[in-house]
Amino acid sequence: MELLLSSAIGMLTAAGVYLILRRRSFAVVLGMTMLSYAINLFLFSTGRLVVNAPPVLREGAAAYTDPLPQALVLTAIVISFGMTAVVAMMALGAFIEGGDDRVDMPAADRLPGGSRSAKRISGDGDA
Amino acid sequence: MSPALIAALPFIGALLPGLLIRSGRDVAALACAAATAVALLGLGLHIPAIMAGEVITARFAWLPSLGLNVHFRIDGLALLFGILILGIGLLIIAYARHYLSRRDPAGVFYTYLMLFQGAMLGIVLSDNILLLLVFWELTSLSSFLLIGYWKHLPEGRQGARMALTVTGMGGLAMIAGMLILGNIAGSFDISDILASRDAVQASPYYLPALLLILLGAFTKSAQFPFHFWLPHAMAAPTPVSAYLHSATMVKAGLFLMARLWPVLSGTPEWFYIVATTGLVTMVLAAWIALFRDDLKSLLAFSTVSHLGLITMLLGFGTKAAAVAAVFHIINHATFKAALFMTAGIIDHEAGTRSIARLGGLRRLMPVTFVIGTIAALSMAGIPPLNGFLSKELMLEQAGQTDWQGHPGLVFAMATLGAVFSVGYSLRFVWQVFFGPAREDYPQRPHDPGFGLWFAPGVLAVLVVLIGLFPNAMAGWLVAAAASAVTGTAQHPHLALWHGVTPALIASVVALAGGAALLALNRRLLAARAAIAWPEAKALFDATTRAATCAAGFLTDRLTNGSMSRAFAALTLTVVLCGFWAFSTGGWQGAARPMLPIQPVPLVGWVLLMVATCCMVAFHRQRILALVLVGIIGLMVSVSFIYLSAPDLALTQISVEVVTVILLLLALNFLPKFTTIESRDRQRAADAFIATLAGLGFAALAYVVMRSDFAFPSISQYMLANSYRLGGGDNVVNVILVDFRGYDTFGEITVLGIAALTIFALTETLLAGTSGRRLRNWVHGSRRAGDRHPLMLVVVTRLVLPIALVVGLYIFLRGHNMPGGGFVAGLVVSVALVSQYMASGFAWAQERQKINYHALIGAGVIAAGLTGIGAWFAGLPFLSSAYGYVKLPGLEEFELASAMGFDLGVFLCVLGAVMLALNSLSRIARAAGGTTNLDPMDIDPSKEARR
Repeated sequence: MELLLSSAIGMLTAAGVYLILRRRSFAVVLGMTMLSYAINLFLFSTGRLVVNAPPVLREGAAAYTDPLPQALVLTAIVISFGMTAVVAMMALGAFIEGGDDRVDMPAADRLPGGSRSAKRISGDGDA
Repeated sequence: MSPALIAALPFIGALLPGLLIRSGRDVAALACAAATAVALLGLGLHIPAIMAGEVITARFAWLPSLGLNVHFRIDGLALLFGILILGIGLLIIAYARHYLSRRDPAGVFYTYLMLFQGAMLGIVLSDNILLLLVFWELTSLSSFLLIGYWKHLPEGRQGARMALTVTGMGGLAMIAGMLILGNIAGSFDISDILASRDAVQASPYYLPALLLILLGAFTKSAQFPFHFWLPHAMAAPTPVSAYLHSATMVKAGLFLMARLWPVLSGTPEWFYIVATTGLVTMVLAAWIALFRDDLKSLLAFSTVSHLGLITMLLGFGTKAAAVAAVFHIINHATFKAALFMTAGIIDHEAGTRSIARLGGLRRLMPVTFVIGTIAALSMAGIPPLNGFLSKELMLEQAGQTDWQGHPGLVFAMATLGAVFSVGYSLRFVWQVFFGPAREDYPQRPHDPGFGLWFAPGVLAVLVVLIGLFPNAMAGWLVAAAASAVTGTAQHPHLALWHGVTPALIASVVALAGGAALLALNRRLLAARAAIAWPEAKALFDATTRAATCAAGFLTDRLTNGSMSRAFAALTLTVVLCGFWAFSTGGWQGAARPMLPIQPVPLVGWVLLMVATCCMVAFHRQRILALVLVGIIGLMVSVSFIYLSAPDLALTQISVEVVTVILLLLALNFLPKFTTIESRDRQRAADAFIATLAGLGFAALAYVVMRSDFAFPSISQYMLANSYRLGGGDNVVNVILVDFRGYDTFGEITVLGIAALTIFALTETLLAGTSGRRLRNWVHGSRRAGDRHPLMLVVVTRLVLPIALVVGLYIFLRGHNMPGGGFVAGLVVSVALVSQYMASGFAWAQERQKINYHALIGAGVIAAGLTGIGAWFAGLPFLSSAYGYVKLPGLEEFELASAMGFDLGVFLCVLGAVMLALNSLSRIARAAGGTTNLDPMDIDPSKEARR
């Protein structure tokens, strides 16, 4: 079972990272969703896996699941929804404002390496 | 007066100028002076007790678990420095009132000055080295503000930056040193550290701690080779130089060495590092001062030299040398502050500080001449002024010191330093005041008003009085401070005449040598100008520029505007660090047995893996990708159920629904397909990075699941106390609303903020150019013919009341069964959203009156009020209580105060989810979505009526 869950976590992570490395905002949003699944599952798994244990206090129960990671993951799930919503909104806003949904800065706005800092120094006039 | 109050008074005073400056700068200055005077008075009231050998303390716990306590102590050393800081502070406030011109913002100046005063006083009164570090950093910051006070001057800005860089760097080193020291001593309280000398000096970490602490002290006190910042800090207004750079801040390093003297001194390491640095600094800086043309620069180097002298005395490690050091701290503060103020007066009245353009001021500015000459002669060590007394003591101590088997070396070097010192002091007097009066001063010089010469005048009187009556004027203070430094009672006898001793002969030699140097001054200047000396500022600038360039190079390479590049770098770094950490961590091997693999979970696993692969393969078809996300989310929820986490499964599945709806709403505008942009090679590289990350994370998860807990888990406590303390059987919910309620409170607040951010973004999008663009939006894809289908509308109407009851049920049972505010909020929002989906946003919006902003606010307030309610029962924030209630007609049921908190969670989640979705649909509406009048496109009831 541990093997299944960890391979699933790895697969979700790989998919998430690959999608985040794409150039378009929607793929990035999907990638972050994938990554949240992976991370939530991982956090949950830090309580170690237990099958068929009661999650609530009960007379005569021999063992319980670890409630702490569950509580942490529960809020994490809700927060990751909030994050997805904000990112989706930003993607949408950027698309409507800018006319395309690339996540990278347009090549024309990029600075060739090093010149920005050089400009920063000489422009100050103090150094 | 409590030491804590004394330490707080300057900070209180710092608030006053901002409030009072509109009433004029006199009022602001008076307010600051009043705060300072009260603090000084409070300190003065403790003098009898301290003279009797008592130590006054005030203790408050701040973060006791870290050893960070607000402990203050006043002993002799703190008293001496406190009197210097507050007494000279008072004079500086008066002097600055007349020094600053009308154009200078005086309120800002006084605020900075009082901040600095408070920080400095905090250092000397702290009885905890961590607290001391806080104040230490505060002096660096406030002195940065003061040095750069004239923001329009580039020298001011550069000097401030240099001072901050050097002292800040030293401060960082000192933090490390203090932490080591505290760890050796087992306490961060100075009282405890002072008692553990043997343990500290026997520790193998003694030398690293010593070096790091000295780095902090040497940078602050401008010791060679960190002396170069002080002359550049002279770009500050003169009151700042007089205060910070003669009497107080540069002495913070000395204070620290004196404070830790009983613990750190007495070892060969201490002697050779501290005494040698002090000696080199003293001679070198005095030599440089001989050639300075700018008066303040001359004084700055002479300050460096005198600081070196005191450092050297502390470095000797003998009690007599410590007495001499303490005495010279007093004397230097008096004559040097007076000299800086004199230089300020000359600058103010004659319009220049350049020695080459001055001379002959004796007759033009007689009062200034008298004050300046007394102070300068004291600096030269001429009897009967106070500088002579401490210099004699210094020479006497130097004469008794043996350096690596060279008994006369230190004495000879100290005498040489004294020669230079006499040289520059005489030069100050001779070339500024004597000689013929000139015609070409930038301004016509004349004596300033009483306001300007009063402060240096007081100090000059002190210089003479301490010189003539050393025991009456300063002996008691020296005795108290030296007793505190050395840890044993000291009763020094200070006298002008000790008989003909080697020290006296050295003084005479110094006087003669200094006079000769003055006579040769012009030739020396010419000779020195012919040689190219290394310029510290140029070196410093080159170093900082190189560092900035390197940092800029790295930053621009990593983040050149391409997000994928930055993220790839981040991922690789994390994977490499993780791998490195794991390979050096020493994993013991799997300790827990694996759970057997059942067929049903295996099917789920296959589904999840296939869906994920498909998702990556087909992510360009965005709607399909969204469907696949739904499948993956479903599988994640199912695995939560299987692994005994029903709460998580409920949350995950309801979040899944709202996420998919949200992304669908976004897709309404975003392109439905992604074109292939990156080359195959790029995608292969990305796939490689992604695989690495996936493998790493999978391995981590596997190792964690197969290992036992490294520490006993706190979950056992929660399981054991969930019912007793929180009154609930559902431990997950009790953790959320009770044990970790504070976290949850923060989380719902964040969720609310996220929703409000989305709302604000929408508002911006709907206005301006993008709003116009939206109104002319042409939808690329064909729209559905039946936008509000009959079946959907009828089903959602039927489901709504059921869903609301389910939500209520989940909410109410949450404390004892899986459920709670989070899930209930999500379920209810799904029920509401389905109405929007069925009949259209505008139609549904007209039929409900809920303000989602208010819902979020009400949620946060409800949760907060529940938490505050605990205060009235005398319990900490968010403690919960519970009881059982019997209402007629109902079973007995439990009522916990945590339910109020959970209600807040519920409201906030509901409001946030609805506001987010609502905002996205508003964009759709702005883009020309028509408003339907009927709930559904084909309404059979209408047909029937007709």
